[in-house]
Order: sequence, then structure tokens, then C-alpha cells
Amino acid sequence: MPAIVLQMLCVAGLLGSAVLAIVLSRSKIATPIIYSATLAASAIALIASIHWLLGDTANATDLTFPIGLPWLGAHFRLDALASFFLVVVNLGGATASLYGLGYGHHEEAPQRVLPFFPAFLAGMNLVVLADDAFSYLLCWEFMSLVSWALVMAHHREAGNAKAGYVYLVMASFGTLALLLAFGLLAGPAGDYGFAAIRTAQHTPYVATLVLILMLLGAGSKAGLVPLHVWLPLAHPAAPSHVSALMSGVMTKVAIYGFIRVVFDLLGQPLWPASVVVLILGGITAVMGILYAMMENDLKRLLAYSTIENVGVIFASLGLALAFQANGLKLLAALAFTAALFHVLNHSFFKSLLFFGAGAVLTATGERDMDKLGGLIHRMPFTSFAVLMGCVAISALPPFNGFVSEWLMFQAVLHSPELPQWALKVTVPAVGALLALAAALAAACFVKAYGVTFLGRPRGVAAETAEEVDRYSLSAMFVLAALCLLAGILPGLVIDALSPITLQILGGRMPIQINEPWLSIAPIAESRSSYNGLLVMVFITISASSAVVFIHRFASRALRRGPAWGCGFSDPTPAAQYSGGSFAQPIRRVFGTLVFHARDHVEMPTPGDIRPARLRIELHDLIWEGMYQPIAGAVGLSSAWLNRLQFLTIRRYLSLVFATLVALLLVLAIWS
Amino acid sequence: MLLVLLLAPLLTGFVRKMKARLVRRQGASVFQPYRDLLRLLRKEVVLADNASWLFRVTPYVTFAAIWVAAALVPTFATGLLFNWTADLIAIVALLGSARFFLALAGMDVGTSFGGIGSSREVMIAALAEPAMLLFVFCIALVAGSTQLSTVANFMASSYVGLRVSLGMAMIALIMVALAENARIPVDNPATHLELTMVHEAMVLEYSGRHLAMIEFGVFLKLLLYISLIACVFLPWKIAVFGAGPLSYAIGAVAYLVKLAAAGFFLALFETATAKMRVFRVPQFLGAALMLGLLGTLLLFVSKSF
Repeated sequence: MPAIVLQMLCVAGLLGSAVLAIVLSRSKIATPIIYSATLAASAIALIASIHWLLGDTANATDLTFPIGLPWLGAHFRLDALASFFLVVVNLGGATASLYGLGYGHHEEAPQRVLPFFPAFLAGMNLVVLADDAFSYLLCWEFMSLVSWALVMAHHREAGNAKAGYVYLVMASFGTLALLLAFGLLAGPAGDYGFAAIRTAQHTPYVATLVLILMLLGAGSKAGLVPLHVWLPLAHPAAPSHVSALMSGVMTKVAIYGFIRVVFDLLGQPLWPASVVVLILGGITAVMGILYAMMENDLKRLLAYSTIENVGVIFASLGLALAFQANGLKLLAALAFTAALFHVLNHSFFKSLLFFGAGAVLTATGERDMDKLGGLIHRMPFTSFAVLMGCVAISALPPFNGFVSEWLMFQAVLHSPELPQWALKVTVPAVGALLALAAALAAACFVKAYGVTFLGRPRGVAAETAEEVDRYSLSAMFVLAALCLLAGILPGLVIDALSPITLQILGGRMPIQINEPWLSIAPIAESRSSYNGLLVMVFITISASSAVVFIHRFASRALRRGPAWGCGFSDPTPAAQYSGGSFAQPIRRVFGTLVFHARDHVEMPTPGDIRPARLRIELHDLIWEGMYQPIAGAVGLSSAWLNRLQFLTIRRYLSLVFATLVALLLVLAIWS
Repeated sequence: MLLVLLLAPLLTGFVRKMKARLVRRQGASVFQPYRDLLRLLRKEVVLADNASWLFRVTPYVTFAAIWVAAALVPTFATGLLFNWTADLIAIVALLGSARFFLALAGMDVGTSFGGIGSSREVMIAALAEPAMLLFVFCIALVAGSTQLSTVANFMASSYVGLRVSLGMAMIALIMVALAENARIPVDNPATHLELTMVHEAMVLEYSGRHLAMIEFGVFLKLLLYISLIACVFLPWKIAVFGAGPLSYAIGAVAYLVKLAAAGFFLALFETATAKMRVFRVPQFLGAALMLGLLGTLLLFVSKSF
């Protein structure tokens, strides 16, 4: 059986379970049945796509259905790039289903989630498999709409309706941009098959326009600044396992769309395009993580951090474009591998962290970090898994986040070989932005973990939290193990990615599996190499030898006592550092510029028994400077046009007449 | 690996002695840090009531991460056995791991001191780490490698000469080193005044063997940075891998001289300057960041700067 048929069968299985969910709807057994079905389908699709990616990737397989446009049909195709993104989608799908087996029981209205969850997975699979513009757009829109339904699952909660509305507007805008991009690609002849687009010649003018439209279309779905506004609203609004899918996987599907069009369909890129992508990526990375640092809602913080990671991925895609435009195939492969590796890594740890946030939400009912704290005592397993995720996302060795950042920095260090001056100036600046984003990410996750899981509980909910069920825990631990494995055996991942770089760029990185001790060396060992396995082993050995030495030869005595409070012990947990106070130094350093941040202290007058209050003033300058004026303009013009609804029949007739005359005049002048 | 372990407390003792002598105090013996460590190791641990397992694991994790990083920096000879395990970027990241866990431990007990220390530490780190990475970029662009042994070999060779970018990188690195090691003017290692401490506030709850591990990590970190400065910018007499025992001996003596000189200048600098306000630190580190960026930009523009 060809691989693609198996993939399509899995998709059919997912769609079938969506239908089944509608049928079962309100029954009690629906939750376990549907999640088991999606787990099975995703797991089969995952294994099949891994098998295919590691095996025979030279022969892409096609499948055409006689549906869709009559002269075109619906084409689906499995090649190396698609199979990699299928791995990402289905791994996310499988772990989210596993998590859902436990988490789904806490859902108040499962009939609002269950039918859409498998459909969402199917939609993402289909986008990756689509091989013509029509089915691509159709599947894309299907994916957007189904995820919108999932965002609106808890539509009665405050803010969710707005989130859904903003998401819908931005998704339509993105699809419009994609529609125009594919229209330009297909040209006047209008052959919408990807194979035809790939072979067609595109003028530089069209190519630039398509790139801009793709940045708008795929970028808005992925969360590029300034098109990100919907993301921190919509991702947290969905149930947590869906948030994990949206953040960890759906943004990757958008990145897939960008790669497919810009790298694969457009052909040889132009170097000015790479400057735009690089700058956008760098700014997105720093802005995303600064927003995250200011955030006190756990799930919104994670959503903002997704924006940062998308920025990192786009920056390294920009680097790959720059190298490719100058014919440096090896270096382009290095930057592209870094981007794909980060796609994989981010899908691991972001899903893990969203699962963790979901576990906290189930255990306490709280997303506000300032009401949590001390969960490490109450939820030891969750907090351990989340700690692994935090270390991984902060790009610290020996976990996986570090490896992709390391590859990216190696690519940056090779860019003096680029001949263009604009790139020579842009690349180091973007490198500095990425370094800043990495350091801020560590700060941000110290805050997220420290305030949520450490310290003393800040409320009854946190004090009485219970550890979550086994399904949720196993999903988290699978992902945590994958984070560590990809971090200590990066060579295997890089080798698995090489068919994709061969397919897309025509070059590949050196084979890594032959390096001694499983280390990785992107270009040559004398230039740079890194061995996660040995770093891990060294740290383990030195830490355990220190432990053994001390416990053997030095004191083992231990006494518990109250914490030291400088003679004035603070009895209330409210005196601890909260999310806002933890972020204060960074808010003062960066926030005054980026957010116009101000701290207002309201001191009561002497004799007044009111408590003093600290108010933090933050402005989202992108929202206020860009979206509010647009929304205002739309509102004004529609209010103005609204008058047209209440005219007499004479005026309508004269309007029609005037329009007719105007059109005829235009026609007369035109020809 | 053992060499750095043995030397690190001596270096700190030497710096303390120098500082004391510069302000005309007698000062404790240069071996005092060893005695301090031994004393701390013998004492029992007093653990705060709600300290978690993370609090107890952190001293060992940070110590191990710093130790591994310190062992990867060439001291008196290049071509270490496992130098290809991790390059400069990985060393920076290992120090980042150590700091990450320490900052978490500061948050663990749930006092405001831990929080104040952690939040300031991550603010400093958020600027110091990119500055450090830009220094790495500078060096890597000059030497064509991020591998420290290769870099040291290249720097010791006669190809280098005086370069503007290297000068900038060196100043940036020294500024970062002062910040990362919690020295004056960024932080005062000797203070326990609530409002001014950064690093000490973070580790305030530690005692006994845990504190010993953390102190040891601090000693090691100072040694690491001075070794790094020495091997990149002052690589004279550093022994090349495979050279004879005489060359190793000369290298070792030169290394000790470099350490002593660096320790002396550190003490001199600390005595001569005052600590800055916490919110002046970003300007200080921002300058380091900009110097690193300028150096990198110059190298991108032309290899000859």
C-alpha cells in the first residue's frame, strides 16, 4: 500500500471519529472513545510518516481524488517536507489525544469539543498533504474554522467571545492573502496544481508580491509581529490540549505553508526577500518574549512565548533564504535544518508546557499565576515534567532547545560569506536580537515556573491542589523524554532532516551519525562541535560525585526551620514576589520603551487606613497604534454607509442611474 | 578538571587578600576560602519549612554545570581531551543553566529576599548573556571557530595582531565578567544589606553543605572567566597540545602569573570603584552589549578589523 493511502486512511479515520462524536454527542462514553480513536489514528499516521521519512524519501507518492475543481481534481502528495510536518502534526495529535483521555473528563460541555478535535487534526493533516492550491486553501480554511469552533468551546467565559471574533477576522484576512498569493502563482493560465506552479517561471515582481502575501497570510496564522494579536487571545481560550495543538502544531502548519510556497514553489529566491524575513523574525522573537515577560496569565504567557519561537524559526528561514539566494547550499541547509529542528523542538516543549498549564488549571481552576504558588509540593510529577519543558524552552543544555539555537548561531557565524552589504549589517543585528530573545526566554520561564510552582501557595485553590490523572501525566512525560532525547542525540534528528534539505534546497549537512561519540559538527569539527550526550554525562557524573563525596565525608545532618526573614518574618504569602514584581526590573529596562510602562504608587494620606496600591500601566502599542485606528476607521465608514439603508425609492433609483453612468464613462475612457 | 577545582578557592582567597591589603587591612589568609568550605561542609543544613526537592538539588546541579564549563576552558595548555564536547556557545549556555536553577531556588522558599535576588539576577543575565554571545561571535569570526582550543591556538599564533574588534570584545567580556561574577560595580560579594544584594539575596536561605556547593560554584566561575580572558586575549606561553613537559611547565607557571595579575587588577578595580544603583546596571551592560555588537558588525563588514 503506498504511504499516502495509509495517511489518507488515517485522515478518514479522524473525520469518521468526528462524525461519531456528533452521533454519540451527549453520551458519557464519548470522551474515552473519541480520544482513543484519535490517539490510534494519529499514532498510526505518526509511525507511518516517521517510517517514510527515514526510509525511501526519493519517490514522492501522489493521490488524486475526482472532487474539487472539475478540471483539476483534488491532489494530495507525500514528499519529504510534507512527511516531516506530518510527524510534527501527528505527534502533537497523539500526545494531545493521550492527554485528552484524562483531561477531557473535566470538560463541562464535551459535545462542544469532541466533534471538532478530530476534525481539527484531520484538517492539519490535509493542509500538509494538499498538492494543489484549491485543496490547500480549502483545507486551510477548514482547519481555521474548526479551530475557531474549539476556541469558542467555552464561549461564556469572559473574553472568549472577543478572542473568537478577533481570530475569525484575522483568519479571514490571512486566507485572503493566501488566496491572492496562489492566484498570482497560478498566473493567467490558472493551473492550480503545485507541480505546474513549481515548473512555471515567475517574474521577480510576482515573486516579491507572493512573498509579501505569504508573510501576511502564513505569518498571521503563525503569529508574526504585528499580525500576532489574535494568537494570545485565541490560543489560551481553547481547552488546554487544543491550546497545545494550536500553539505547538497549527503555527507549524502555517510555517509549512510559508516554506512550501517560498522555498519550493517560487524557485530561486531573491536576497532582498531574506532581509525582510530576517528582520521580521528578529523583531517577532524579542517582542514576543517581552510580551510574555509582562504577562501573568499562565496560558497567555505560553502563547506569547509561541510568538517568540515563531520569530526564531522565521529568522533562521530568512538566513536560509539569504544563503540559498547566493548559492551557498551547505550553509542554506544548515540554517534550514536549524529552523526545522526548532519547529520540532517547539512542538515538543510547547505542547508539554500547555499540558502542564492545563494540569494546573484542572487542579486549581486558576490560570492567574499570582493566585498560584507552591504547586511543586502538591503536584510533584506535573511540576517535574513542566520543569523539563521550561529548561528546554529556555535553550539550556543538554535539552533540545539549545541544539537548534546553537545550529542557528553557527549559521549566523557563517554569514560574513554573504556578499550583500544589507545582509552583512542585518544578520549580526538579528543574531544579537536572537541572543537577547534567548536570554529573556530564560528569565521569562524562571518567572513562570517560579511563581506558579515554587514559593508558598497564594490561595486556597493552590493549597488544596491535587495531582492530575495518569493519562495527562504520561502525555507530559512522553514529551519531556522527547525533549531530552532530541537534546542528547541531535545527530540522529539532523540526519533525518537531510532528505528535506536535499529536496528543497538541493544541499545537505554532513552526515552526523559517523561523528565520534554521537556529537554534531555542522561544517567541521575544528570549527564547532557540540555533544549533548557527553555534556549530560559529565554533568551527571560531576553532580553525583559531588553528592556522594559530600554525603560520605561531610555532614549529612539536616534540620527544618522557618525561613529567615531578617528578624521580621512575613506571615502572609502575599509578601512573596509575584509575577508583576518579578518582571519589574525587566519592565523598567525594556518596558518603558516597548510598552510605555509606568508604575503608579497610590499612597494613602497619613491617617488614612486604606492600603497603598501599586498600579502597573502597560500599553500594547501595536494594538493601540495599528488595530484600534483600523477598527475605528471601519466603524466610522460603516456608520457613514449605514445611511444608505434608509433612502427613498427615488434616491435609490438615482443612485443606480448614477452608478451606471459612471461605469459607462469608465468603460468609455478605458477603451 | 581537578586543577580548576583546587585552584578556584585560592584565587578567591588571593583577591580577598589583595582587597584587604589595598585598604590597609591585614586580611585573612589566602587559604581562608578552603577553611570556609570545610567548615560549611561539616555544618548541618538548616532547611526552610517549605523548601522543595528542587531547592536541595539545585546546589549540586549548579555546581556540576559550572564545573563542567570550567573544565572545558583551556588553562595552561590547549587541546583538552574532550574539548569538542562543547564550544564557547555551549559554555555560555551551561553557565546559563546554572543560573536558571539558582534563580529558581531563590524563588522556592517564598520569601521576598529570594524573589528580589532572582528577579534582579535574571534582569542582569538577560543583558549579560547576549553581550557574552556577541563576544563569542566576535572571537569566532576572527578565529573562524567557536571551539575554544582552536581559538586559543589561533590567538597564540602570530596571525592575529592588534584589532579594533578584539579590543571591543575584550572590554565587553570584562564588563560581562564583572556582572556575572557579582563583583563591584554590579553587585557586592561582601554585602548582606537587603536592598543592595543580588546574588547573595538569592542564596540567602542556603546553609551548610548546600551553601558550600554554591560558594564553590562562585569560586569556579571567577576562575573560569579569568581563564577565558587569559586564554583568548593573553595566550602567551600557553602550551600547545602534544608539546613537551617543559612547555607544559612554562605554560603552568605563565597561567599562575596571569591568574595572579588578573586577581590583582580585579582587587584594584573593586577598591577603586563604587557599586552602582541596580537600575544603572542595564546601562553598564547595555554598553557591553553595544561594544560586542559593534565589534561583530565591524568583522562582518571586513575581516581585517
